Amino acid sequence: MLEIKNINARLGGFWLKNISLELEPGDYLTVLGLSGAGKTVLLEVLAGLVKPEAGEIFLNGKDISHQSIQKRPFGLVYQDMALFPHMPVWKNIAYALKGNGLSGQQQQDKALELARLTQVEHLLDRHPGTLSGGEAQRVALARTLASDPEVLLLDEPLASLDVKLRQELRELLKKINQSGKTIIHVTHDPMEAATLSKKIAIIEKGELIQWGKPEDVFRNPVSEFVARFSGIKNIFLCGFKKSFEKNGLYHGLTKNNITISCLDEPGKETAHLMIPGEDIIVSEEKLETSAINQYEGIINELYFLNHGVELIIDAGEIFSVIVSKRSVEKLGLDPGKKVWLSFKASAVKIL
Amino acid sequence: MLKDWRTQLVIIFFSGFILLFIVAPIAGLLLRTSPAEYATTIQDREVISSIGLTLFASMGATIIFGILSVPLAYILARKNFPLKGLINGIIDVPVVIPHSAAGIALLGVISRGTWVGQAGEAAGISFVGGVAGIVVAMAFVSLPFAINAARDGFAAVPEKLEKAALNLGASPQRVFFSISLPLAKRSVISGLVMMWARGLSEFGAVIIIAYHPMITPILIWERFTSFGLSYARPVAAIFILVCLAIFITMRVLSGKRYHVRN
Repeated sequence: MLEIKNINARLGGFWLKNISLELEPGDYLTVLGLSGAGKTVLLEVLAGLVKPEAGEIFLNGKDISHQSIQKRPFGLVYQDMALFPHMPVWKNIAYALKGNGLSGQQQQDKALELARLTQVEHLLDRHPGTLSGGEAQRVALARTLASDPEVLLLDEPLASLDVKLRQELRELLKKINQSGKTIIHVTHDPMEAATLSKKIAIIEKGELIQWGKPEDVFRNPVSEFVARFSGIKNIFLCGFKKSFEKNGLYHGLTKNNITISCLDEPGKETAHLMIPGEDIIVSEEKLETSAINQYEGIINELYFLNHGVELIIDAGEIFSVIVSKRSVEKLGLDPGKKVWLSFKASAVKIL
Repeated sequence: MLKDWRTQLVIIFFSGFILLFIVAPIAGLLLRTSPAEYATTIQDREVISSIGLTLFASMGATIIFGILSVPLAYILARKNFPLKGLINGIIDVPVVIPHSAAGIALLGVISRGTWVGQAGEAAGISFVGGVAGIVVAMAFVSLPFAINAARDGFAAVPEKLEKAALNLGASPQRVFFSISLPLAKRSVISGLVMMWARGLSEFGAVIIIAYHPMITPILIWERFTSFGLSYARPVAAIFILVCLAIFITMRVLSGKRYHVRN
């Protein structure tokens, strides 16, 4: 079990403030954040390359906060791979094996085993400068795995890869994680996080904003930043007044004077309201339903996604609505068409 | 377009002038020396032993002092500490002071009256009027070339590679010898070659410390002042050819550059 307690660290202009996390063995944590949020600094603190100003790191109950870099069981794969340019691939992979009691033959065998796992066995005699991005990333992974770390730290491992290579490497990372290796993976791509992780942590300006299971974080974002960063649309800043509370509902007014009703008390005069695109119903006529929020609008744009169709509808505010392809055909949902949007007050979340 | 042509012509003219300025005197010296003069000079034992001594002393200075300076170059490239700027300035001092003055300064440290000189004498090493003194004088004036080149070479090695090696379990010593030094090798060797070459040409500091045994620059000067230009020129030509041959060979052998992928 990995416990990170109140880590504070500074590297150049980057700050980490009071980062606390807990991971079970075999967990896959994705750390999400914008560039400069402090994600890489967190990895370097864990690897021992940056000394924290405060805080502790426990691995399996043992305090490793002051353990030397060499003795920490954390293997770091840098975003730009940091392969040793003067060594062929096999020497890069075998670097960590030297001096750990293995004979030359055993080192070669182990390097070959890892090269097979990462599918780089045909590249062993090549130098890093001649490898493609995907090949270099696999070599970097094999080199780090050679040190047999308990926790694998990955800094944007899929960032520079094309779609096909990204998919292949994603599968490899899943395979490595399924073999029992704990992985902490830094990225700025919410999709990457959603497809790989068992847990997600979101960092903004060096602070841990939210962490937990991906479905919990994405369904219940604690702030506008988390919601927007998670790719969630339909977030509206609304003004509330005492008189806006009626019949157990709270009515917020957007800047374009659209009233949105919700069940939860906003607790302050302005709040961000969020409506998941999947929870909005589109119809040709106004519906007689329990949905309190109903607006007439015009379809502006239409995007075909893997899991459905996104409609961009102007109803005074711009709404993003996810519908099925069948609904698009059935209702003839094309740009320019007038439609009605409806969603229940219980679908509205306060951030 | 016309403007571009004019600019290009100016650049070509300036560059050609600078290259000619370097090449012309050397080419003139080499071409104005007749084959007979070359043949006679090559058989002159005084010239040959002088060239041998110069090569040996400069090589000795490079091996001893150049290699000793590599850790300092690494620290200057990697660490930040108080007075680092001052240390960088001190390293360049031998380049900016007159070399005869450097010889006088060195004499104050290694002459027989000093404890360094006396310790040397006790160990059978004579600095003043000896090869050891020539080595020290050459090292003093040429060390900045080795240190500066090595420091720049180490600074150009991405720190991330060293961190990656540490993370893979390597000791700092192993990281230095397996990552930092091999990647900075070209700059380190280039600096050592420059140090050696600069040592070969040293005159001012050496003549103060050791007129004899005579290194080639002093021999050339002595022949010029005693016998005239026609006696000094063949020695200078031979010495230049030897230096160029070794210099070019070492630059070619100093290894290839590696590019860190990003």
